[in-house]
Amino acid sequence: MAIIVKTLVHHTMNRMLAIFRLLLAGVIACAAFGAHAQLSIEITGSGASRFPVVIPVFENEGSLPRGVSDVVRADLERSGLFSLVDIGPLPLPESRVPDLADMRARGADAVLSASLLPQSDGRYEVRFRLFDTQKQVELGAMSMRMAPAQNRLTGHRIADFVYEKLTGLPGYFSTRIAYVVKSGARYELQIADADGMNAQAALVSREPIISPSWSPDGQRLAYVSFEAKKPIVYIHTLATGQRQVVANFKGSNSAPTWSPDGTQLAVVLTKDGQSQLYALNADGSGVRRLASSAGIDTEPAWSPDGQWIYFTSDRGGSPQIYRIPATGGSAQRVTFDGNYNVTPRPSPDGKLLAFITRNNGKFQVAVNDLNSRQTTILTDSARDESPSFAPNGRMILYATETGGRGVLAAVSSDGRVKQRLSVQAADVREPAWGPLQK
Amino acid sequence: MKKLLLPALLSALLAACSSTATDTTGAKVEDRAGSGAGVATVTAPGMSGSGIAALTDPNNILSKRSVYFDYDSFVIKSEAKPLIEAHARFLVQNPQMKILIQGNTDERGSREYNIALGQKRADAVRQALSLLGAKEGQIESVSLGEEKPRCTDASEACYAQNRRGDILYSGEF
Repeated sequence: MAIIVKTLVHHTMNRMLAIFRLLLAGVIACAAFGAHAQLSIEITGSGASRFPVVIPVFENEGSLPRGVSDVVRADLERSGLFSLVDIGPLPLPESRVPDLADMRARGADAVLSASLLPQSDGRYEVRFRLFDTQKQVELGAMSMRMAPAQNRLTGHRIADFVYEKLTGLPGYFSTRIAYVVKSGARYELQIADADGMNAQAALVSREPIISPSWSPDGQRLAYVSFEAKKPIVYIHTLATGQRQVVANFKGSNSAPTWSPDGTQLAVVLTKDGQSQLYALNADGSGVRRLASSAGIDTEPAWSPDGQWIYFTSDRGGSPQIYRIPATGGSAQRVTFDGNYNVTPRPSPDGKLLAFITRNNGKFQVAVNDLNSRQTTILTDSARDESPSFAPNGRMILYATETGGRGVLAAVSSDGRVKQRLSVQAADVREPAWGPLQK
Repeated sequence: MKKLLLPALLSALLAACSSTATDTTGAKVEDRAGSGAGVATVTAPGMSGSGIAALTDPNNILSKRSVYFDYDSFVIKSEAKPLIEAHARFLVQNPQMKILIQGNTDERGSREYNIALGQKRADAVRQALSLLGAKEGQIESVSLGEEKPRCTDASEACYAQNRRGDILYSGEF
């Protein structure tokens, strides 16, 4: 069987070999990061009251080839929670307390001061402080080192710091997302920064790839690939590009999701009949059945505390969401409204359940408050799929369609902030938001 | 305050390679059902009855490989019976032959739920062939869900072409 499935390894030596091969093949022209594959983000709706902040140009920032402060500004603005107060091109050096009364007068509730200090090794020390202009107090300070090329990641880290100090929730700007891009008959599993930049292909195939799921440590992805003409579950280690088959039983193997401790996967197998839930160890051993039903059981997802497994089942006639204790036991129905509720995804704090509901023929993202059992539909689109929470629970990334093309979108879990992420001239689908990097 | 392990992160990010992915030369992806090239590689000994060439002879019903289903249905329609019977007969006469049945759905709804629905269609074809004497060990039923549509317009006529089970013989998968 001849299949083209190319694993793009992230190992330096392999990269050198790959570049060498490209040179040999005479195709160096496109060796740079594919600009065509970059996600661009458009804010389509934002929160009513936004927190006004000043993110000035950093002292010495002009000596960097690419800026840091614009990355911080873009992150905060895109979150929908902040508005930027422009104070012009003058930096606010970290070594001095800014004129907080003046900043207050300009409408800012918080202000960052930041400086870049060149080091002898060509790197920079970034020092920054955040101030509350109302209480006239410092909220926190930090310093980190960066190479000039690390401007984006450094910016995301600073944005995370500001976000956390001002909202009390961890920021998600330095996290990564996985998704699948389809262009023609070519499928790419891509990993990008949460802002859609730095997209890199982890896997390229001529057959579909679906259901990527991040390991809790962010090092590995489980997914379903059809490269062998049937669905098979793989685990892919991102740093090395190494892939391992973890479920390839007779029939279909799909819907992998990780247990919160990263030791197990829940999967859906048809080896004993219809689609049913199983668990197996992350090396593919120890397969065991989680539940039994006369119908379809699929799309398992562990609760963050590891106690429950949520899943989709048609045991009651229409697809609805149920849950079972992870150690086994009887199923409890979770959704009751409508006749198509699928793809349950619990929030990181375990309080909400995101899922897809069919509402007057439209497939939309909804959340269920697991305490009050109240359901809220968050979107007004028609072809939503694959919801995925940001690690702080604030945003939900999902796939939808505009103009017949797959795009990614994000909505805040309260429905107020909306964004669209798109790749030009390609179909994007199957997003999965990665964990916080520790 | 959380400690930032920046260097580790940076190196992980920076070590990541280019997303350029030119197709490697050489290996080509084998085509799907009906491709003569795939079938030609099969040299099964003791072939009896209608020969293996029948599988790709456009005048032979065995070259017909798709069974279509109604919306939200997993029942094989009467119009598909001759096709099912012909393949069952071929499998009985050629017990060394194996098939892969791929179930498919239209594009509406969850991809994973559609994998499960496509499996029901593949299983319906498998059960019909088994009832007519094909052995369990000759058949694997799997699902492609909505991932491999034959037709990509958002119309009922198009959806109908995508709600199907496809039969692939050894050498074609």
